[in-house]
Amino acid sequence: MSGITAYGAYIPRNRLLKSAIADANDWFDTSLRGLAKGERSICNWDEDTITMAVEAGQDCLSVLDAGSVSSLYLASTTLPFLDRQNSVVVSQALNLGDRLRTMDVAASQRAATSALINLLEFGAAKGNSLLLASEHRRSKCGSRAEMLWGDGAAAVAVGNEDVIAEYLGCETYVTDFVDHYRGEDSTIDYDWEERWIRDEGYMKSVPLAVSRLLDKTGVKASEIAHFVLASDKARTPAAVAKKIGIAAEAIADNHIGDVGVAGVAHPVLMLTEVLEKAKAGDLILLTGFGQGTDALLLKATNAIASRRPRTGFNGALARRREDTNYNRFLSFNSLVDRDVGKRGELDKQSYLAAMYRRKDLLTGFSGGKCRDCGTIQIPKEKYCVNPACGALDSQDDYPMSAVKGRVMTWTADRLTFDWNPPAYFGLVEFEGGGRLMMDFTEVEAEAMDSGVEVSVHFRIRQFDNQRGFRKYFWKATPAQQ
Amino acid sequence: MASGIKDKVVILGMGCSKFGERWDASPADLMSEAFEESLADAGVDKSQIEMAWFGAGIDTFNVGSSAMPLSIALRLPYIPVTKLENMCATGTEAFRGAVYAVASGACDIALALGVEKLKDVGYGGLPQRTRGVENDMYWPNLSAPGAFAQLASGYRAKHCVDKAELKRAMAHISVKSHTNGAKNPKAHLQREITEEQVINAPYIAEPIGLFDCCGVSDGAACAIVCTPEIARALGKTNLVSVKALQLAVSNGEEAGFSNWDGSYLKTTRIAAQRAYDEAGIRNPREEISMTEVHDCFSITELVTMEDLQLSDEGQAVRDVLNGDFDADGRIPCQIDGGLKCFGHPIGASGMRMIYENYLQFYGLAGDRQLKEPRLALNHNLGGFPHQNICSISVIGRYE
Repeated sequence: MSGITAYGAYIPRNRLLKSAIADANDWFDTSLRGLAKGERSICNWDEDTITMAVEAGQDCLSVLDAGSVSSLYLASTTLPFLDRQNSVVVSQALNLGDRLRTMDVAASQRAATSALINLLEFGAAKGNSLLLASEHRRSKCGSRAEMLWGDGAAAVAVGNEDVIAEYLGCETYVTDFVDHYRGEDSTIDYDWEERWIRDEGYMKSVPLAVSRLLDKTGVKASEIAHFVLASDKARTPAAVAKKIGIAAEAIADNHIGDVGVAGVAHPVLMLTEVLEKAKAGDLILLTGFGQGTDALLLKATNAIASRRPRTGFNGALARRREDTNYNRFLSFNSLVDRDVGKRGELDKQSYLAAMYRRKDLLTGFSGGKCRDCGTIQIPKEKYCVNPACGALDSQDDYPMSAVKGRVMTWTADRLTFDWNPPAYFGLVEFEGGGRLMMDFTEVEAEAMDSGVEVSVHFRIRQFDNQRGFRKYFWKATPAQQ
Repeated sequence: MASGIKDKVVILGMGCSKFGERWDASPADLMSEAFEESLADAGVDKSQIEMAWFGAGIDTFNVGSSAMPLSIALRLPYIPVTKLENMCATGTEAFRGAVYAVASGACDIALALGVEKLKDVGYGGLPQRTRGVENDMYWPNLSAPGAFAQLASGYRAKHCVDKAELKRAMAHISVKSHTNGAKNPKAHLQREITEEQVINAPYIAEPIGLFDCCGVSDGAACAIVCTPEIARALGKTNLVSVKALQLAVSNGEEAGFSNWDGSYLKTTRIAAQRAYDEAGIRNPREEISMTEVHDCFSITELVTMEDLQLSDEGQAVRDVLNGDFDADGRIPCQIDGGLKCFGHPIGASGMRMIYENYLQFYGLAGDRQLKEPRLALNHNLGGFPHQNICSISVIGRYE
């Protein structure tokens, strides 16, 4: 039996109130006010598709042996690099080793479901394959998309052991239906009329693929317990379900009002919520819409409740911080030309040869453990840091991305240039040993003090806008906030 | 065993430019201003200087690299000149080079000069700059106040000090330095401030506010040094000699391994003890007449009082608030106004401190003159609390 073996979710903590978007923009487009219910997830300045994928992957690996992962696909239409395999960055941040098949899958809103089909149909005979779907959505200031979309990532693992949702089959209907597009020179979608997309797109394409799949698998539409159809058109999934004959209560929530539709990641993110609540025997119909429709049928097994990830969809949804600062959202997404001051002008060149030498530290957050004295240290250097030891070349790699730490010293710096001042940083002491003076992120002022427990997170460290590059490193965040 | 530097070298002459926002002065202008004063004071001619050590901190925004900027600015006659950079210890390092050269017998008369032109940068504070190719990849995004502000969090956590109480002690430090600086015509900031002003100023890096930070200034300072014998032969009396020159440099242990808790400076403690040993000081609280410490931020000065053994551990807040380090206290600190009022032209600061020692020993300190000072300690700290360079010089009467 093959199928889904684990899953994980990540939703950025920051949730922008939609009323803030409307307040800033309804002078121009009064129709936005009608959409201004609830909130949407937004990336922090230091989050992107890669960092969110790492977070979702970590959540998935909380119930999966990293050593069992033999391939990793990253699906997104907002990959930070057009030529530098993004999935490799993610795999190294997840410390999945160097004998991995990796691939970026892009260019359609059904990239993730297509990649999942690929893994289920042609996956490895042994071990697990990991699909990460992640999207940092880009939209114009004051657009409906800005109101309806959100950022997020999700992970599912596919394998033959410990299956929680058995794979029953798939069907794909392909047609060059251009409801929106994004050319190679653009970061923003251009879209067509909603009513046409609904009537000629969703209402025709999805039922066609689904009916073929139901025929093939001998399943009745009425038997479907969970129907996943991602759409930023609030009433479309229900209309499609009705047309197919799927029960209204089977329709999975799109969470437009508290997350927003997270593009390629959204079908997988919705699936993680379904997997969290599904009961053994439940039939799950997962679809992906974009230039046709992917349809996959899954059946929850008896193991469904036994492999809940550390955070999961509901955990990620609950870990929220309300944000009303629309102006900051515009800044983070380069939708305004903010005066960053002269300190922001510092050249951010990345020296690729040096970066490669340091990749285990920078991407894997790997320190060293001394074979002679057992001292754990980060970064790993030539001589052991323990003055009583000082051994040369004595350290084995020691990944520390999952190790909790405590804040020893800290500050909130308003002088240094930061995209979201004040810049918090401090000295962190890790459980078991090792200390690092490092950046913090997403600190709530009242949560910070000496002694506070922190976890570390893979984040953007700097943008080199002059050369279109971005550096990543790990930052500490209070674990309890 | 090495005998140390004590009393082997004396100061023949010193000079110090006016510190401040010297918009119209180039680094060469500042250098010649300090240099001409020192030549006149020493009573020697430029041609008598045989070797020079040149301190300049931030190449990119200052004079550029190498020793040539000094040699060209002063038109030195093709003598050996060495450029030094060791963060905020740079000025003291230049002095150390010149003093060691004289002590070794390599030359009779040597010059040490430090200069920094910070106000060409175009904004306040020390310039935002790269930290090196590899460091830039993972060091936190920190400014100098941010780095040192952490001392407050470490100190509070260790000694269970109330936040407001610590802030008040920090404010006292700044108020005291401004009171002193107001009496110094060469200081950048020459006005008094109040505790309320300090406490209510906007945060730069929690809990450091604007008035907890030292100024940012242009300036140059220099010393001409020789042996006591040569100084006497040149007619100099009441000699002032070098008693100790020490340096302690972090090796990454505080940041990466030890039980260092972020509440003090390990390097200062090590360098101070070495300096006391070298100078033969057994009881610093009784023997030291004045200190010029690296008050880049008020909290740095506070913990330094403990690191120099001038306050008991955990008692600096009490001692500071008690006025122990005020002009009329038991060991005046920053009697010239300190970095607080002079600002911190990096290459110059170490020698600016020695310049004040020198004035005090010769009774030339005007309204801020101390009564019969005998030994002065100067302290610089470069880098960050978790990894840094500490330099200490002890200067005193040659008796």
